[in-house]
Amino acid sequence: MDLILEGIQKAFSLLFTLDPEVLGITWLSLAVSGAATLISLFIGISIGTAVALVEFPGKRIVISLINTGMGLPPVVVGLFVSIFLWRNGPFGFLEILYTPTAIIIAQAIIATPIVMGITLAAIQHLPKNLRLQILALGATRLQMVWLLMKEARLPLLAAVMAGFGGVISEVGASIMVGGNIKGYTRVLTTATVMETGKGNFDVAIALGIILLLLAFMVNALLTQIQQKQRPR
Amino acid sequence: MNSASPILEIKDLQAKRGGVPVLDIPDLDIRGGEVFSLIGPNGSGKSSLLLVLACLLPWRRGFLLFKGSSITPGNGLMAYRRKIAMVFQEPLLFDATVSDNVAAGLKIRAMSRADIHRIVTECLDRFGIGHLGERHARKLSGGEAQRTSLARAFAIHPEIIFLDEPFSSLDPPTREGLIDDLQRILKETRTTAVMATHDRLEALRLSDRMAVMKDGKIVQTGSPEAVMNHPLDEFVASFVGMETILSGEIIKTGSGTVMVHLQGGDIEAIGSARPGDRVICCIRPEQVTLSTGLSQESVSTRNTFAGRVTRIVPLGLFHKVSLDCGFFLTAYVTSASVENLDLKEGKPVFASFKATAVHLIRK
Repeated sequence: MDLILEGIQKAFSLLFTLDPEVLGITWLSLAVSGAATLISLFIGISIGTAVALVEFPGKRIVISLINTGMGLPPVVVGLFVSIFLWRNGPFGFLEILYTPTAIIIAQAIIATPIVMGITLAAIQHLPKNLRLQILALGATRLQMVWLLMKEARLPLLAAVMAGFGGVISEVGASIMVGGNIKGYTRVLTTATVMETGKGNFDVAIALGIILLLLAFMVNALLTQIQQKQRPR
Repeated sequence: MNSASPILEIKDLQAKRGGVPVLDIPDLDIRGGEVFSLIGPNGSGKSSLLLVLACLLPWRRGFLLFKGSSITPGNGLMAYRRKIAMVFQEPLLFDATVSDNVAAGLKIRAMSRADIHRIVTECLDRFGIGHLGERHARKLSGGEAQRTSLARAFAIHPEIIFLDEPFSSLDPPTREGLIDDLQRILKETRTTAVMATHDRLEALRLSDRMAVMKDGKIVQTGSPEAVMNHPLDEFVASFVGMETILSGEIIKTGSGTVMVHLQGGDIEAIGSARPGDRVICCIRPEQVTLSTGLSQESVSTRNTFAGRVTRIVPLGLFHKVSLDCGFFLTAYVTSASVENLDLKEGKPVFASFKATAVHLIRK
């Protein structure tokens, strides 16, 4: 019990003294996962919407692939991103392995199928005739897609939350392609793993609490927006 | 515009849906300002035809002409779609307020805020939902939602409005009110309307002309009066409510009248035919009167038959009475008459109808 209480005490002192190292790690986590989520939204929403709206042969297989991708194991993503970015790998010349950019790439790859899958389901879930109704109102194809997305905005916000939640809490890929380099690629999850390994449970607990708070605050904000949109 | 000139025409059109042929329409024209109904059973192609007319379903071959000029995806499609509006069976409202929904088409046309506000207010009032402007669309009753959908369609001042079973999901009192309002608004705005419905009474009430569809084809087009009373074939006859449909052979012709021989009796009808012609006799159930004794009036009517009641089905305002007079005959009888005549199954009665009540279809 003492271990936990001390840990929590230490955690709050770290938080309230605004320990620069902890702040740095927190900020990097937020920035890296935020950037990865943004990239995944851009790719995931556009491709998800396109797959939902366009009929093409093999559509079912594509949808199954996307849905499978929603459960992509981060370590597998980490492994493949590492191989591709390795010095002798196809993209070795970029020299970005063990940089924050590498973590962003890996996390974006993890989040994209999640966003894509939820977007796909959200758009497909809209009434079938809604598309025709919008076109009959005189909309161009682009206006139609925009109105459909607007109509699916609540599940799309859920996609943002799921995507961000998936990557901020992910550790396997970040440690493999980032390397947990102090002050450079150390994020909350990788730091927690390391501190626990070293037996510094107090610091680990502090980092864990920050991670939880961060996830909570971002989701609370998005939930706030989502629920405000619901009919009164 | 001359109200008799076609605003919309179809020439030699065929369409498929999911590889299956759904439409084959050699010729159809919709006149400016009229209310035109497409009636037919489920799966007869009414909705598909409506979508083709609204340019929302691509067709394989043939032409759609709006005021004489052909509409194709590459030519005039967007301009055409901005002159029409469509209302479906489901209201298909956006997740927004009633006002925002009615404004949707206007926003798509990038109208100014002031214009949008003016038109939306006017349209809400026109459909009697002015007090619901700020209500969220998900909080409306079925009737209010469909009114919102209609207001959204009329807000863009369409030249043609397409209605796909617009009243089918509404309960009877709500439907009555909305049909009356729609009829008034169509008249006030002089909007051309094409409506698909499986309810012949709805079509009868609203339309200037109607077309009966079966298996993707139009079987008959004409005024409601003509289609209801002079169906061209057995299918149309049964669809428009001719309960009694009998096959027979002409045995005698007179001055404007013919005598048809059926199994179990001879019927006099108005029409011209030659002896030996095979025909189908159709009799509307509301044209058949029943009595328990032979009155002066029924004696003077030639088509009077003694029979027995086989079945009585209450239908609200009237009862549907099935009779066996040697051939089968169906009559609609008011509830009061059922009581007065003390009708019950097995009771012997006399059924009579005028020669003019018999519609003949040549085989």
